[in-house]
Amino acid sequence: MGVFYGRIEKLDTGFMAEYFPLYVEAAKLTFRLGMTGILFSLVIGVVCSLAGYYHVPVLRQIAVVYVELSRNTPLLVQLFFLYFGLPKIGVMLSSEGCAVIGLSFLGGSYMAEALRSGLEAVEKGQMESALAIGLNRFQVMRYVIFPQALATSVPPLCANVIFLIKETSVFSVVALADLMYVAKDLIGLYYQTDEALLMLVISYLVLLLPISVAAGLIERRLRYAGFGD
Amino acid sequence: MEGQEKLLEIHHLHKDYGNGAVLKDVSLDIHKGEVLVLIGPSGCGKSTFLRCMNGLEQIQSGEIRLDGEVITDPKTKWSEVRQKIGMVFQSYELFPHMTVINNILLGPLKVQKKEKKEAEKEAEQLLERVGLLDKKDAYPRQLSGGQKQRVAIVRALIMKPEILLFDEVTAALDPEMVREVLDVMLELAKEGSTMVIVTHEMQFARAVADRIVFLDGGEVVEMAAPEQFFTQPETERAKRFLDTLSFE
Ligand SMILES: Nc1ncnc2c1ncn2[C@@H]1O[C@H](COP(=O)(O)OP(=O)(O)O)[C@@H](O)[C@H]1O
Ligand SMILES: [Mg+2]
Repeated sequence: MGVFYGRIEKLDTGFMAEYFPLYVEAAKLTFRLGMTGILFSLVIGVVCSLAGYYHVPVLRQIAVVYVELSRNTPLLVQLFFLYFGLPKIGVMLSSEGCAVIGLSFLGGSYMAEALRSGLEAVEKGQMESALAIGLNRFQVMRYVIFPQALATSVPPLCANVIFLIKETSVFSVVALADLMYVAKDLIGLYYQTDEALLMLVISYLVLLLPISVAAGLIERRLRYAGFGD
Repeated sequence: MEGQEKLLEIHHLHKDYGNGAVLKDVSLDIHKGEVLVLIGPSGCGKSTFLRCMNGLEQIQSGEIRLDGEVITDPKTKWSEVRQKIGMVFQSYELFPHMTVINNILLGPLKVQKKEKKEAEKEAEQLLERVGLLDKKDAYPRQLSGGQKQRVAIVRALIMKPEILLFDEVTAALDPEMVREVLDVMLELAKEGSTMVIVTHEMQFARAVADRIVFLDGGEVVEMAAPEQFFTQPETERAKRFLDTLSFE
């Protein structure tokens, strides 16, 4: 502890104040790209999980292969492929494009799995009783099946959101000035390791804590208020 | 029933799930205002038969007509047909994420595009009739089995169907709740509703039926007025079935 306190006292607050704006910019970038990727992940997740639920031929098989591919390769490798591999076959993507595509590719499978488990948890008879009152297939999904599936899926979906924001820390490999990049840069330039890392940790906490808390609140609301328990 | 309008006509219905016929050449007419009770041993095809009537199951051959129009056609608009053929299930299948009133209103609002106020009034009247108006804002989970089933009946009724299908709607209930559900059905019968009821409650069947249809092995084995069927069954299979019941 003594060592630790000693180091805190020696923190160069002037340095921290000076480079604080860099972290703010990087956090904004991380947040923006992270949220965009998460949004696309959700879209991919919905499509894949529904393809499975409805046994859509072809699309369903594609979804299975995609989910395996996506879940069993690290984001770092996916980004390398997008950023360094694709140009070799003539496909050039911007750094941000790579980051968003990579994150969506990774996140889509996680979202798909979270939604799949929710869809599977809905009682089989619900579909029939909804059809029996004359709802069409789309209405059955929208009003009866999906809301129930979503309620079950909220905890894993929220966990995925946090997981994906954390995964953005590898964006620096595609030359994006995200939080990790800024920290590494500062350390490389000034050797102010303690300050740079401390600000890095704080930045992620500031980014993730509110999301965590919000996710917790949503979960609790859905679990306790939703179905009259 | 002569001279009465035929509401549902079933001709030479064949149903196969892919491992042998479940319904074999079933033909049956259901007249307007008639209460038909379908009985038979477990697994004989009763549920399948009902589910074919509202398109929850595809049939292999045969024909079903509603008001003279063929509904077993690839072009059938089931969403429209099902508004005329209501169904109540053994396991209630209320929507657990919606309150009682919203369970009931889903059909009128989303399928029939009715005005909310008007639909709500109708829903409340129906709930009142089955004695559950005070439960309109409750969630299904907060209701007893008998209450859930009455709500499920209201949810079917509010669509103003021409015919109602009941698939063992009291089979999952505790004995003391069976009566409250059967009473609602008796009431509907008295008002002249057309119904097809699958049940194991023989006393009730006898009281409510205009006609009993005995199904065994996917075939209509016997069709008769209730008194006739219960006192003098014609076939050996019906006799045996009634015998097994009397031991219960
Ligand atoms: N979805 C299904 N797939 C395959 N076989 C089924 C299916 N549903 C019912 N069956 C079979 O069809 C027969 C009739 O079932 P069912 O209509 O449920 O009988 P009941 O309602 O008279 O008990 C049974 O042998 C049952 O195993
Ligand atoms: Mg059955």
